[in-house]
Amino acid sequence: MAAIIEKIITTDEIKTDEYLVNIGPQHPSTHGVLRLLTKLEGEIVHNVEPHIGYIHSGIEKMTEALSYPQIVHLTDRMDYLSAHMNNEAVCLCVENALQVEVPERVKYIRTIFDELQRLASHQLWWCASGMDLGALTAFFYGLRDREDILDIFEETCGARLTLNYSVPGGVMFDIHPNFQKNVKAFITKFRKKLPEYDKLLTDNIIFQNRTKGIGILSKEDAIAYGVTGPSGRASGFSCDVRKHHPYSAYPYIKFDEKMGTEGDSFTRWKLRMDEMWESMNIIEQLIDNIPEGDFAVKMKGVIKLPEGEFYQRVETARGEFGVYIVSDGKKNPYRVKFRSPGFSNLFTINHIAKGWKIADLVAIMATFDLVIPDIDR
Amino acid sequence: MAFEKYDFTPITQSIHQGLIENVSPLLTTIIEWTIIGVLYLLFIAVFGLFLVYAERKVCAAFQQRLGPMRVGPWGIIQTIADFIKLLMKELITPKSVDKFLYNLAPFIVIIVPFLTISVIPFAPGLQSLDFDIGVFFVTAVSSVGVIGVLLAGWASNNKYSLIGGMRSGAQIVSYELSVGMSLITMVILAGTMQVSEIVELQRGGWFLFKGHLPALIAFTIFVIAGTAETNRGPFDLAEAESELTAGFHTEYSGIKFAFFFLAEYINLFIVSAMATIVFLGGWMPFHFGDWAAFNNVMDFIPGLVWFFLKVFGIIFLIMWFKWTFPRLRIDQILTLEWKYLLPINLFNILLMATMVLLGWHW
Repeated sequence: MAAIIEKIITTDEIKTDEYLVNIGPQHPSTHGVLRLLTKLEGEIVHNVEPHIGYIHSGIEKMTEALSYPQIVHLTDRMDYLSAHMNNEAVCLCVENALQVEVPERVKYIRTIFDELQRLASHQLWWCASGMDLGALTAFFYGLRDREDILDIFEETCGARLTLNYSVPGGVMFDIHPNFQKNVKAFITKFRKKLPEYDKLLTDNIIFQNRTKGIGILSKEDAIAYGVTGPSGRASGFSCDVRKHHPYSAYPYIKFDEKMGTEGDSFTRWKLRMDEMWESMNIIEQLIDNIPEGDFAVKMKGVIKLPEGEFYQRVETARGEFGVYIVSDGKKNPYRVKFRSPGFSNLFTINHIAKGWKIADLVAIMATFDLVIPDIDR
Repeated sequence: MAFEKYDFTPITQSIHQGLIENVSPLLTTIIEWTIIGVLYLLFIAVFGLFLVYAERKVCAAFQQRLGPMRVGPWGIIQTIADFIKLLMKELITPKSVDKFLYNLAPFIVIIVPFLTISVIPFAPGLQSLDFDIGVFFVTAVSSVGVIGVLLAGWASNNKYSLIGGMRSGAQIVSYELSVGMSLITMVILAGTMQVSEIVELQRGGWFLFKGHLPALIAFTIFVIAGTAETNRGPFDLAEAESELTAGFHTEYSGIKFAFFFLAEYINLFIVSAMATIVFLGGWMPFHFGDWAAFNNVMDFIPGLVWFFLKVFGIIFLIMWFKWTFPRLRIDQILTLEWKYLLPINLFNILLMATMVLLGWHW
């Protein structure tokens, strides 16, 4: 790092009126330990260089020494707010490789959990972004409502954050008897609460001034950088894996892929708010129709994948999450690569934050919904 | 009138008389100054701590929490405990700071509220400095604070502090105009700058009602600009924690940090007190037309209580802003001032002058 700073300072790259600020690794708005080497002129951002590696934990390498069911438990340490989607991706990949057909009940349960997790993640994103923009009260409102979802998770699988609920072949336990009732109660309640979110921030004139027209990411750039998820869709890039490569129970249900056109911070914001409504619609379609049956198929004690390469993608709350497994027929994978959405999304930041102010950089980071272990895994 | 019996003038006069009969005039002045100084010190310390507590409770109410609850009943001793903690903390001076300016900055910041508070009449007869340019004095002295903030930002030798200090400088210098102009609008209506007289003139009705439209505009602008001048949310750019960690006081610890903290809250009080004095009749009770019975009941509430009721009302309003709105960006803050508030204000002065000339006020 020192060498990089040295290089920038000694070469002509830096003018006398520019200065470097290290935003992070310990900084309130980076939501973790992201380090942005920012070149500023006064308040104007001239260059942002994200440096990752501060919390690199070598998950991909670790998986090479683990069996497939064990890998599942590592994945929710990456994007901890989309823990269940990550687990599911590995499970689906293993199931597809072994050509195991999971019961319908499992598909429904997994999809409901996906959407609950997406809601929880978007709630946390909403409140944390509010805090980044200086509206501290939003933080408590979002966490208050997220608590209900976490309680539902806890009741069924005992965990609140890192769920570990999916296992290859199904889910770990059957849903709790109160699950359907509680989910329905939550949705009824949250449908009333969500307009409050809009009242507090989205409709606020200061908030709109802070986000409208700021940090524009064009559709071409979104595709070129591989920006997926709500951030990509806000730029008009249709990239919803649930729609284009449906998995679990997504083929059975009707839902809209929410799209934006402008690609600015406000569109990204609005899109996530819309996604919350859509997630509730999806859950409502599924919750009453969970088929009877087993919650898992019997898998072998030691799962060995056939030789070959396997890929499975899912839509997490942040975008497209991919699991690429190369197997040599043993009980451990030969090589695993995770395609995490946050990584691609983060590296657009230099492109779109250039020329804006420090406050806008914070707003842009907030609307990209970064989770650092997802980027730096 | 009934509330005249709560006048503090006899008490202060008797103290003065007692002193002057027994000791020399010089010693009398010195003793009186000491008493006043100690009283103000006590007031600022206690009231500052109380405001911190109030803010935590107000913010907790907005955020559906309880706030401090553990130290003392309902956590009322919490801020005192925090203050003791701050007193005992090590004063860390980073290696490469400009030592003299770094140590000077918190004192400049804390001096300002001490100076401005001297002209504020808390109740009839409870004002230490009453001279003919009171309003002018407040606006002049309150602008000294920005020097402290700029010094803190510059001397800390920290880029976050520097950005915070510069932001604060730009912001306070701009918003001072609006504060001053909205006060001038009311001075036109009052015809005097003497604070005690401004309050006295509102015996028949608060200026907010007397001056109707222009007074209402001036009041709105004053509250907005006052919030900005005290560096509070949504104008808390100087210490925007999501951008600049803690802004200009990043490098300060212990009691020096407490000085910045205390000054912010006392400035909040002073802005609210000025709004109360100039727009809401200071310690004058609320009267409604010729409802004699209602007015008599109002008169039985002492002036001191009236004053603090109004002040707390405005303080609550300003806290409400902070805990509801997101933060503005620096260029938006300056745009708001130079493109909107200032022209409106200039027009408003003209409106008020016309109104006073034509006698259209009540």
